[in-house]
Amino acid sequence: MAKMYHKEKSIQLKSSASALYNNLSVLRIAPRCLTYFTVVHANVVNMVSASWDGLNYSHRQLQSKEGNVATSSSLIMQAAWCVLPSRDLLVLTSQKGIQMYESDGSIMVYWHALDTPETPTAKAVFARGIAAVREKYICVGVSSGSVLVFDVPSKGSNITLSEVLEEHKEAITDMASECSGNLECIADLVSADDSGLLCVWKSGEDFQLLNKIPGFDTSCSSVKLWKGTVIAGYGTGQIRLYEGVTGILHAEVNAHARWIYSLDIAPFTGLLISAAEDSWVRVWHLSLTPETNSVEIEHMYNECVTDTQICGAKFCDGDGYAFAVTGYDLSEIIRYTQA
Amino acid sequence: MARRITSPSRSSTSASDWLLLAVTWQPREGLQTLIYSAGSSESADRGFLLTTCDCLPILAALHPSPERMSTRTLPLLFINLGGEMLYILDQRLRAQNIPADKAKKVTTVADWLEEDRKRVMNDIITTMFNKKFLEELFKPQELYSKKALRTVFDRLAHASIMRLNQASMDKLYDLMTMAFKYQVLLCPRPKDILLVSFNHMDAIRDFVKDTPSILSQVDETNKQLIEIYTPLSGGEFQLIRQTLLIFFQDMHIRVSIFLKDKVQNSNGRFVLPTSGPVPYGTHTPGLIRLFSCSGEEVRRMQFRDCGNYSAALREGSFEMYGDRVIKLGTNMYSVSRPVETHMSGTSKNSSQHTKVNTTPNPLAKEELNLLARLMGGLEVQKSANTDSGFRVNLFATDEEEEEALISRPDELSYEVINIQATKDKQTNAELAKIMGEFGETGEPAPSSSSKGDDLLAMMDGL
Repeated sequence: MAKMYHKEKSIQLKSSASALYNNLSVLRIAPRCLTYFTVVHANVVNMVSASWDGLNYSHRQLQSKEGNVATSSSLIMQAAWCVLPSRDLLVLTSQKGIQMYESDGSIMVYWHALDTPETPTAKAVFARGIAAVREKYICVGVSSGSVLVFDVPSKGSNITLSEVLEEHKEAITDMASECSGNLECIADLVSADDSGLLCVWKSGEDFQLLNKIPGFDTSCSSVKLWKGTVIAGYGTGQIRLYEGVTGILHAEVNAHARWIYSLDIAPFTGLLISAAEDSWVRVWHLSLTPETNSVEIEHMYNECVTDTQICGAKFCDGDGYAFAVTGYDLSEIIRYTQA
Repeated sequence: MARRITSPSRSSTSASDWLLLAVTWQPREGLQTLIYSAGSSESADRGFLLTTCDCLPILAALHPSPERMSTRTLPLLFINLGGEMLYILDQRLRAQNIPADKAKKVTTVADWLEEDRKRVMNDIITTMFNKKFLEELFKPQELYSKKALRTVFDRLAHASIMRLNQASMDKLYDLMTMAFKYQVLLCPRPKDILLVSFNHMDAIRDFVKDTPSILSQVDETNKQLIEIYTPLSGGEFQLIRQTLLIFFQDMHIRVSIFLKDKVQNSNGRFVLPTSGPVPYGTHTPGLIRLFSCSGEEVRRMQFRDCGNYSAALREGSFEMYGDRVIKLGTNMYSVSRPVETHMSGTSKNSSQHTKVNTTPNPLAKEELNLLARLMGGLEVQKSANTDSGFRVNLFATDEEEEEALISRPDELSYEVINIQATKDKQTNAELAKIMGEFGETGEPAPSSSSKGDDLLAMMDGL
């Protein structure tokens, strides 16, 4: 049986990837035949721009910021691109706050400082979980459980904090917006936290909580929302598929032998990729049958990244033709394409 | 004795305003010099306080830097690294226990008697579990920098009559850190880091089981660990684990015993098996279950996971005593398995070795820590004479030890902070620059005794 994917040439990074959830973000820029990648290393974000012909690579490093200081040693928890209709922004979340840059990382357009206590408290303070919602919102999670909703104008730096959603009691781990492009979907955003609780939201002037799906005391480290279905990856290695609005459990997969660190969906084909500390990257296929309101998941492919705890895995395109992987202590982005 | 140089505008003497900048230690004199700065990093007020180690004021709060994610990581880091250090020292001390008639190098390596070995272990463990020290350790705070932590362990290793040369100390620290990195990486669940810590604590308890006073200190600490850590969630433990992994990032020193056991590859990276029991709470991969809208299971399927996993073992005990089940954190050294590290070729990408603190001004930015000071303040060696005290060599021969020191690659050197604060300001440009900003009042601290006027004089003599 032919392998579904084969390994391509890796992209070298300036520094290794840190062990953080969802530690890889990919932005495909079709008009320029480029793909951008970001990988977090402690207080630095490594950005690589790769031309599709594989000949040109350029690197840039962004640093965390705090207060009036341009560079900081505070750790970055996550970096991700937010794709809005009018613009793409690169968002960095750290222990000190939230930084937003133009998509190529050249200019910082916005800085939001978190309320950090004078002396360290037992509970750590940080921002984590990034999602672009509908036309103009960027949502970011916080360790207290709050979700910050930022209103983003079509250009310029007049970004404002429009709302703070307080439903979660534990630290936010990841957030995802509906990625199918289907405007009829009611649910726009799902947020996940360390207790495994999933909150499903509808965006607007005031975000509306549509549903709360309780966790089972296991952290949900990565989450996706596709055609109204919530796909959640847990610390136990399980993947669960829920219908967002109703909370109905459609499927449960004992997918990995260790903590899941990253999930991604290819919206055009329904391919799902999961990656965990167990060194495995697995590709699945989701199929939805609206008539019967059923969701099915089947396993497609396995790839073992030997001796590596994977911390990021993302599709490089909407069909899932190619995907990229990062691992703890690894200074490269490993790429695979369909054979 | 404290000679305070303060800026005229600063009147506060509140201990919590003092920020420890640097520490120097002159072992022969049993001297320690600490340089404090008043005020937070935002405040312009600065001042200095030079003092000997045994008359320090009430604990000065530390401004945490550099930052790390979880604020509860330091105790675990310290206890586990300390535990590994004790395993290694215990093994070396036993290995050097050569009967007098069989010793080949009686003149260069002291003969270790059973009593001496126990004494060294007891001294170190007593220091490690000092009450005041642990109080400070357990406060929520950011992790120390690698330099700072290394200094703490330097101090700890010398908290007895045992002496270690630079090369041996470097090697000891390499082994300790790689061992704990291995344990953190291979922990099945993040919460198992606590079981690893308990394994170390159990072994430490065994080392001092004949000395009730030290044993009770260890037990107290164990109780504290249980109290603080057992309520934490899996997600919080994962954060601690991620913090530790950032601390250990890019360290690929090859350790002989790991290479032999095939748990480490020749490129310095650890082997992560895709087989064996899954963590407690996880199912073995393979099952897919599909449900109907009413919640009934309508189908189950198996997928090929390509691993060789088996069901989870029972959960280890989080009580004071109990079977921890996990073997990580137990003593893997024995007299017949010597500990060696390979210094060459740590990683093909050694050029990508990231510097930990890329700060331009080490004095201003590098904040050493209260713990190092506290450790230095505890009863250290009785005799200042380097002739007394037993030297321990972590290498097979003295020649090897010397060779190791010379050939140690630059990127692996641990820069233990060592600043000479002398009367002659020009000898230290950095310090001079900072000190130059302030007026010198030269008044002694109110709580000082008359001893140590010779502090600076002594240091001038070095």
